[in-house]
Amino acid sequence: MSEVTVRVQVVRRDHLRRRLLFFGGLAGVLILAAFFSSSLCPYDPYEQNLAIAKAAPSAEHWLGTDRYGRDMLSRVIAGSFTSIFSTLLLVGFITVFGSLIGIFCAWSGKWIDTLIMRLADMFLAFPGLVFALAVAAVLGGGVHNAIFALAAISWPKYARLARSQMLAQQELPYMQAAKMAGCTPLRLICRHVVPNIAGPLLVTAMLDIGTMMMELAGLSFLGLGAKPPIPEWGSMMSDTRNLLATQPWVTLAPGFAIFLSVMIFNLLGDTVRDWLDPKNRR
Amino acid sequence: MVPVLQVEHLRKVFPVDDRRTLLAVDDVSFSVAAGEKVAIIGESGSGKTTIARMVARLTDVTAGRIFLQGTDITQLTGRKLREHYRHMQLVFQSPADSFDPRCTLGDGIAEGLRNFGWQKQAAWQEMERLLMLCGLEVEIAQRYPHEVSGGQCQRAAIARALALRPKLLLLDEATSALDVTVQADILALLARLQRELSLAYLFICHDIALVQDFCDRVLVMHEGRIVEEGTPDEVIGAPQQTYTQRLIDSVL
Repeated sequence: MSEVTVRVQVVRRDHLRRRLLFFGGLAGVLILAAFFSSSLCPYDPYEQNLAIAKAAPSAEHWLGTDRYGRDMLSRVIAGSFTSIFSTLLLVGFITVFGSLIGIFCAWSGKWIDTLIMRLADMFLAFPGLVFALAVAAVLGGGVHNAIFALAAISWPKYARLARSQMLAQQELPYMQAAKMAGCTPLRLICRHVVPNIAGPLLVTAMLDIGTMMMELAGLSFLGLGAKPPIPEWGSMMSDTRNLLATQPWVTLAPGFAIFLSVMIFNLLGDTVRDWLDPKNRR
Repeated sequence: MVPVLQVEHLRKVFPVDDRRTLLAVDDVSFSVAAGEKVAIIGESGSGKTTIARMVARLTDVTAGRIFLQGTDITQLTGRKLREHYRHMQLVFQSPADSFDPRCTLGDGIAEGLRNFGWQKQAAWQEMERLLMLCGLEVEIAQRYPHEVSGGQCQRAAIARALALRPKLLLLDEATSALDVTVQADILALLARLQRELSLAYLFICHDIALVQDFCDRVLVMHEGRIVEEGTPDEVIGAPQQTYTQRLIDSVL
């Protein structure tokens, strides 16, 4: 390999490393802030004070107060816990569960593969949010049921992706060479398939964090997610939507929090995808 | 003496769609003796690679039987098949694609040894010996497949194929993705290894000139069947079949 090529690769890798550290750091700060949200709130997010209801942003209440006089900054910070961790839990679950199903289907083949993939098709053919609404309506509201409803409609995407990736990998010469080198099916999957299909799955999961955060917020907005007075960004926007024209800060504050979080996770997803590209390995 | 490889009435039918099928290999029988270099030549689509893949048990056979050192491996699966891979290895056409892009060449070569119970350090030492045997620097073990040239990668692929000390190497167009000078180097390496290790080669190829210098026996395939068989001088010097003559005329 020429010296110029090596230098270009090193520069690209350094640039990627800086991007990864930056967006990874931002996502880490967001997650840490969500974890320690109860300690970071300047006021009690549940404490009502009607005397200062609907107050505009000020030095005391940076993001103003809602209709019950609760400090919006404290509620946005407290809401990050439910919004971010429920999203991470949901995305983590569907990524692992869906991928395992997909790998199992590709490995087993035959009628098991056909049966599970047709089942996945049924889930994919159904309008996602309508199905989630129906599940949430049957099971009742609450964050747990909203996560369950979204997990039920989201796993087939990962199963299909993992299955197609594994089928494509199985046809590649290096997989056949590994098979002829005496690898057991489990070793083939763990050592060769999973590392090579993890990139697309991880990137899809990263990019899905934003989507799932929006969908969870959407369900909460429709009253099928977090129940008041639990602070959650989607339900906070729903609660305050009729104040958008007169006191926009109460709606825009949680909206901006969703926007910022989605953006950070999406950009992190893009960077992770570039980082995992074997061509950028060194 | 039992041949290293014996193939009897091999047949492969691929389904094209619900109603149509494609007969890729039709009633093919041949054998490869220990230390023998046998070439299968023919135009693209004649069924050469399908035979190599069936022999390597990467594609299931429709009918017929494959004997490796006297054992019928046609229906073997799982652990029993893995044991037989000790005796037979395949070198692929595209060297870079035949290594996992996420593993170093050293890991790829040592993998077979580790799978068959070698300790990590012993496997690594053996891998280094194999690299040197194939004319490569030991440092190349730390490189990834995309960091080396096609010729180096193919040498590493040959080193990996030799790791389990097989009796038979299947070479599926192993030199056709390389430029002419590298091809000559790889062929010289294969010839030296064959002399030193008494390997048998099944050489899948469409380059008649290359076969003429390198192989002991040539099988000519056309539309899934072997249409002519003999020494390179017989087949290329005095072809009996019109198809063989056409094949030779198109190249030489």
